[in-house]
Amino acid sequence: MTATILEIHGLRVENLAGNVLVDNANITLMPGEVLGLIGESGAGKSTIGLAAMGYARGGCKITQGRVVIDGVTIQDLTAEGRAQFRGRRIAYVAQSAAASFNPAHCIMDQVCEMPVHHGVRTRAEAEAWAIEMFRTLELPNPETFGARYPHQVSGGQLQRAMAIMAISARPDIVVFDEPTTALDVTTQIEVLVLIKSLIRDYKIAALYITHDLAVVAQIADRIMVLRHGKLVEMDTTARILHAPQQPYTKDLVEDRQSSDVFQERSLKSGLEVILDASHITAHYGDFRVLNDVSITVAKGETVAIVGESGSGKTSLARVMVGLTPPTSGSITFLGDALRGELKQRSREDLRKIQLIYQQPDVALNPRHTVGEIIGRPIALYFNRSKQAVRARTLELLAQVGLPADYIDRKSTALSGGQKQRICIARALAAEPSLIICDEPTSALDQLVADEILKLLQKLQDDLGLSYLVITHDLGIVRRIAHRTTVLLSGQVVASGPTGDIFKPPFHPYTEKLLQSVPELRESWLDEITAKRAK
Amino acid sequence: MAIQNSLRNPPISAKIGMVILLFFIICAVFAPVIAPYGEAESVGKTWIGSSPEFWLGTDNIGRDMLSRIIYGARMTLGVAAACTLLSFVIGVTMGLLAAVAGKTVDQVLSRFVDLMLSIPILVFALMILSMLGSSLVTLIITIGVLDSFRVFRLARSIAVNIVVTEFVEVARLRGEGLWWIMRREVLPNALPPMIAEFGLRFCFNFLFVAGLSFLGLGIQPPFADWGGMVRENGRSIAFGIPAPLWPALAIALTTISVNMIVDWILSINARPSGASAEM
Repeated sequence: MTATILEIHGLRVENLAGNVLVDNANITLMPGEVLGLIGESGAGKSTIGLAAMGYARGGCKITQGRVVIDGVTIQDLTAEGRAQFRGRRIAYVAQSAAASFNPAHCIMDQVCEMPVHHGVRTRAEAEAWAIEMFRTLELPNPETFGARYPHQVSGGQLQRAMAIMAISARPDIVVFDEPTTALDVTTQIEVLVLIKSLIRDYKIAALYITHDLAVVAQIADRIMVLRHGKLVEMDTTARILHAPQQPYTKDLVEDRQSSDVFQERSLKSGLEVILDASHITAHYGDFRVLNDVSITVAKGETVAIVGESGSGKTSLARVMVGLTPPTSGSITFLGDALRGELKQRSREDLRKIQLIYQQPDVALNPRHTVGEIIGRPIALYFNRSKQAVRARTLELLAQVGLPADYIDRKSTALSGGQKQRICIARALAAEPSLIICDEPTSALDQLVADEILKLLQKLQDDLGLSYLVITHDLGIVRRIAHRTTVLLSGQVVASGPTGDIFKPPFHPYTEKLLQSVPELRESWLDEITAKRAK
Repeated sequence: MAIQNSLRNPPISAKIGMVILLFFIICAVFAPVIAPYGEAESVGKTWIGSSPEFWLGTDNIGRDMLSRIIYGARMTLGVAAACTLLSFVIGVTMGLLAAVAGKTVDQVLSRFVDLMLSIPILVFALMILSMLGSSLVTLIITIGVLDSFRVFRLARSIAVNIVVTEFVEVARLRGEGLWWIMRREVLPNALPPMIAEFGLRFCFNFLFVAGLSFLGLGIQPPFADWGGMVRENGRSIAFGIPAPLWPALAIALTTISVNMIVDWILSINARPSGASAEM
């Protein structure tokens, strides 16, 4: 019996094209220890997590290195031998529980499959244990919860069920691959608490993969910072947070801290109100998504709409741009009444309100070049000559901080942050008065997101733009919004200058949202749970 | 990257297909130069076997079989290509329109197409051709229109998946018209699977034209076409004369070679979306 439970030596993973995804990764994990893996997308975090199970994604191959679990080198095993290890000794919790459960089987079948398959428990024992776990984790109706199908429960519940599934065969090691990234802050906190208690109660060693430093700080004993498949820094959580050595780690920590700090933006007063939506109610079929919502945006101002998923914040954006006509209420834009239906709006109305999407990947036509994408609004709205369009496109590229030679590239050849810059340039090309940003940074890595926010602020200062920012991330709100509106189930629960919203007295829901944002302190999660237990 | 590689290195089956198809296309284009005798020229006795003079023998009225096959490539391939082109212009335009223009247009077009597809295509074609008479133009329009219903179905089903993407929404929000959205936003993204379908439909139309000619309603004499040649010489097989086998072989070879090329194109398109994003 060796002291370590998992050892990875000199791991190298390549894809078929020969690109190195992970190079020379070394990990040792003691029983009961939690190692956090952190880095931006493409850093190789998940690849290492999967490699720890002796597995590489389709099209990838472990070309060098050894993975040793409890003294056994996993690559030396046959496929059957590895199958014995997986689930039994080392288990995996994926990012999207919704995509990882088989929709055709009920939850109980899937939770019990592993222990029964590995002969750890009989089916009856496994079921009894699962019900017990459901009860401990405060899932609704624990006796019947297992009989439901994955689509019948919420994302947070499913993620908890998945964590139960992972530990059902009592593994020594669990790989958590961004288990809370797809969840709202309020749900995230519940899942984090669960994971932390599972790790503690079952003395599980874990690899915890995430891009959020504050999340990993709550759970991990040590943190490994990765970039481009290479190790940047590995140290204890406290040292990474308080005394990072490498510049990249310092950036990460500083950037994360700055989102904790509230930078009050001086509220401008006496500005001309350009958008005034009053008493908006909207339905999807019979379902009321927005209930008597009123909001105003003034020139040069940023207004944030905050809420968890399902709160109606995206619906509000769709009402503004005309995609979802409101069932009642009125919108006044630049002094004129704005029609609810997209088809009834004039081209000038369309030009003046632009929308920036959450996922820049799908908001750009993959068959068009950057020049075509940015040039089209210019040609459509301003009827300029080809040379003038090209000149203006180059100007816009410079404005969003992209090199001029990108004009002839396809958008698919760009990174996520660059694509979002193209989306911003496309919006600017229409010379709008108001830009609605629907979660403009949530699909981006932390540092890239930070740059996009800075760009948006700079453009606002230069051009006097107004923004309506839809987000669930209070960090963004605190940094860029002059005023904030909090939505819950389609209703406004709080509205006012951002400074006031973030100062007591809070509306109970605002307070819950605020508390749920992970803070960059190791003790944050414990404090919150202690506070809520009271 | 992976796709560019596989575009540069087609599998051996696709290469064979290309060579055969290219051979027939050259035959079609340069028929008067290549063919040893004229298309309708009677040069010998009926149904002579292979000889140095007539490589593939002669047909039922003493025309050189080889020359007829070379000239036949023109008609058979040309008509099939024209039909397929026509059916794609109609089918893709209507399919994209149905996907982009909204529920009412979609319902009207789709139900109409369902109605048309419920009538067997061969019976339908025979009916129209026997009513209107079989000129080259009627033949091409009839097959092209009938086939466009099938193209419509595919084009629409591909387009509805593209229409819901955000970049199309962006175009709508920008105030773009239907035609722009169809042509610039949807069509380029629908193209790769449609190209593969073009190959398959071409094969089908090619066999269809050959079949109609065999029934006497396709390409009319004296023009040579492979289906018609099989019919004209069909009786000779009873006397052990291989005459109808040559045009039949040409039909089979073309069909197989186009299919081999299409299989390859389809295999590129069938890659998971992650891979095709690299294109």
